[in-house]
Amino acid sequence: MAEKIYFYPVWVRIWHWINALMFLFLIGTGLSMQYSSVDYPLVRFDLAVTIHNFAGIAVTVCYFIFVIGNLFTANGKFYRLKIGEIADQLKKQFYYYTFGIFKHEPAPFPLSENRKFNPLQKVSYIFAMYAFVPLMIISGFGLLFPEVIVSKVFGIGGIHLTDLIHIISGFILSVFMIIHIYFCTIGKTALSNFKSMFTGWH
Amino acid sequence: MITGLSKLGLALFTICAFFTCLQIGFSQDEVTEREYVYAEDNQQCLKCHGHKTYYFYNEGVGHEVKERMNPYFVIDSAEFYQSNHWNFSCTDCHSMDYRNFPHAGELRMEVKAVCMDCHGGDDTYAKYHFEGVDEEFIKSVHSTKHSEDFTCWMCHNPHSYKINARNNTNVKQTIIYDNNICLSCHADINKYQLISDKINPNVLVKHEWLPNQALHFANVRCIECHAERNDSILVSHNIQTKDKAVKQCVECHSQNSLLMASLYRFQVKESRNKLGFFNASVLSESYIIGANRNYYLNVISIVIFGLVFAGVLFHGILRILKK
Ligand code: HEC
Ligand code: HEC
Ligand code: HEC
Ligand code: HEC
Ligand code: HEC
Ligand code: HEC
Ligand code: HEC
Ligand code: HEM
Repeated sequence: MAEKIYFYPVWVRIWHWINALMFLFLIGTGLSMQYSSVDYPLVRFDLAVTIHNFAGIAVTVCYFIFVIGNLFTANGKFYRLKIGEIADQLKKQFYYYTFGIFKHEPAPFPLSENRKFNPLQKVSYIFAMYAFVPLMIISGFGLLFPEVIVSKVFGIGGIHLTDLIHIISGFILSVFMIIHIYFCTIGKTALSNFKSMFTGWH
Repeated sequence: MITGLSKLGLALFTICAFFTCLQIGFSQDEVTEREYVYAEDNQQCLKCHGHKTYYFYNEGVGHEVKERMNPYFVIDSAEFYQSNHWNFSCTDCHSMDYRNFPHAGELRMEVKAVCMDCHGGDDTYAKYHFEGVDEEFIKSVHSTKHSEDFTCWMCHNPHSYKINARNNTNVKQTIIYDNNICLSCHADINKYQLISDKINPNVLVKHEWLPNQALHFANVRCIECHAERNDSILVSHNIQTKDKAVKQCVECHSQNSLLMASLYRFQVKESRNKLGFFNASVLSESYIIGANRNYYLNVISIVIFGLVFAGVLFHGILRILKK
């Protein structure tokens, strides 16, 4: 890949870094609330609630930028899946990450103007951005305005259920983030992808 | 196909049956049939005090007249007959002379019995620890600031007080009942000023620091934050000054939530239920961030995080080694 490709338009970069920063806040304050304790407060509870609410709203606003951006600009095409082929492609990419990469085989899906993500990236981004982030946002707003939540589902408190959904999707997204950051180190150099996400050029 | 469907049906049926059983299991015990011995007797009083208006024969004008009852003197007979003192005749606590109307002027000076007159030193009510409650009440702000004027009756309406915290399985109802006791003054300037000449501080404004205030007030009692905890009494009675009130969120929002020792004390039997939730007795009523963690979810999440970190570390090291 000699010549550079302009991969990340400005709005993607703005969205991405606000999103990432807010996520770090959310995870920090979220964990602090979930494991709150009188003796070892990570973040003071009321402060944690305030920060968490603020960051949650910021992520929501950002999410609209992401959805609208991908609806109306060319960036959206990178998130389209061809259902028929994907299983096979995923297998290839998985093989590459588990064996190929160590044998210095060439990547099965080199990036180009038309392919920004390899299949594994694509699928994980789609699940994160179009399943778990929305779930997270909806359940989060439910907890922010508990009066909108149905009070009982099969005898289990509605708030309780909403909270479980929120915690579980938060957990999945945290795991996603760790793996995501790690895989971003697989580039020309360990840091080149991070640089790209700042400059826009791959 | 058919067996698949019937299995599904069976499963659904079992689930429904399970939840129905739960419902039945939790429904309140039937009250044993009560015999209202004094009903007829009390009707003598309730025919006037049970209604907004009453009739009496006015000798001056020579016929029966209808007048309005002082609203503070109206007694809800349904509430009276469900109260702790349902099996009382009005004249057990009030003078027999009230049978006459107009009531004699000196009846106004009647000294009314207080709880301790009847319940003090009575072993029948040992479990309520009346002496302990009395001691605590005497230490409380209400009593220290207002001595004699503030009696137990101020909170325990003589005609409707009914124990809740002890025997009501519906915690939400208990919360409403208990909070209404406090709000009967703290949200009603007329009753408040019976006791004090001060302007009633607006509780909604004074608690603005508490987010989701409406949700909190529907899920915790005022006394959770305002009464000193006392392990030998079910309902703490020592209401402290405002600077001693609980303001730290984690006192409730944590695994050793204070609510377990107060609001849910009567329900708390096990620290963790079968599904693994900490402080599970709360769950059928509320979900408290920080206090209701799930043990299994905790374990699973730590294991998954561990595996992910190990995997990433392993992959990274291999990449460096094979460079
Ligand atoms: C004919 C209607 C009538 C009947 C019957 C009646 N009352 Fe009254 N009662 C009143 C009215 C009117 C007042 C308020 C004016 C007053 O104090 O005379 C009142 C006042 C009272 C008060 C408040 C006194 C005070 O000033 O604090 C008490 C206590 C009371 N009644 C008890 C009883 C009891 C107990 C009975 C039944 C044995 C009874 N009343 C029967 C009409 C009635
Ligand atoms: C367990 C004792 C008890 C019983 C039973 C009882 N009362 Fe009372 N009643 C009181 C006390 C104590 C007060 C004074 C309340 C206060 O000072 O706040 C009172 C006050 C009143 C008042 C004046 C209202 C007020 O707030 O000052 C009326 C009217 C009254 N009672 C009527 C009745 C009638 C009618 C019955 C029967 C249905 C009845 N009471 C049964 C203890 C009792
Ligand atoms: C005139 C005497 C008298 C006064 C005053 C009195 N009580 Fe009672 N109380 C009784 C009697 C007698 C019973 C038993 C009623 C029954 O079992 O039917 C009782 C029952 C109770 C019960 C229910 C006990 C049970 O196990 O069902 C409670 C709680 C109670 N009283 C609290 C109070 C409080 C609080 C006060 C003061 C605000 C008070 N009582 C004032 C005589 C009195
Ligand atoms: C500031 C308000 C207030 C005052 C004053 C007050 N109480 Fe209470 N008391 C409560 C509340 C709230 C409850 C809980 C009611 C419930 O849910 O059963 C309660 C419950 C009780 C109970 C039942 C506890 C149990 O174990 O089930 C007794 C007994 C009692 N009070 C006695 C007294 C006595 C005696 C006095 C006066 C010395 C008094 N109270 C004064 C607010 C008050
Ligand atoms: C009969 C009316 C009445 C009832 C019922 C009542 N209060 Fe009060 N309360 C007062 C008055 C009057 C004061 C003001 C005391 C003073 O003079 O500063 C007060 C003061 C207080 C204070 C102290 C504020 C400070 O200045 O430090 C607290 C806290 C409080 N009440 C909580 C409660 C709670 C909790 C309950 C219910 C269990 C309750 N009150 C029930 C009348 C009432
Ligand atoms: C989550 C804990 C909590 C709960 C629940 C709570 N309070 Fe408070 N309340 C406080 C704290 C803390 C203060 C002191 C606030 C301050 O000083 O700024 C306070 C202050 C007050 C005051 C004094 C206001 C003043 O400045 O004079 C009153 C009265 C009061 N509360 C009544 C109530 C009543 C009535 C309820 C139930 C409806 C209630 N509180 C529920 C924590 C609580
Ligand atoms: C007296 C105990 C108590 C204290 C103190 C308390 N809370 Fe709560 N809080 C609760 C309970 C109980 C609930 C659960 C209500 C429900 O959903 O059933 C709750 C719910 C909440 C919620 C709503 C969560 C949701 O599921 O929507 C938030 C946010 C919250 N508390 C924040 C705070 C903050 C911030 C503080 C400190 C300023 C605080 N709480 C202090 C008992 C408390
Ligand atoms: C500190 C945390 C984070 C870092 C360091 C980081 C880093 C990066 C980097 C370097 C890229 C470019 C490489 C690529 O396109 O794959 C990228 C892209 C991306 N990241 Fe992140 N990320 C973080 C957090 C997140 C979070 C929390 C999410 C979503 C919840 C997320 C979602 C995405 C998506 C969807 C892309 C592709 C954007 C596009 O080009 O359309 N990232 N990230």
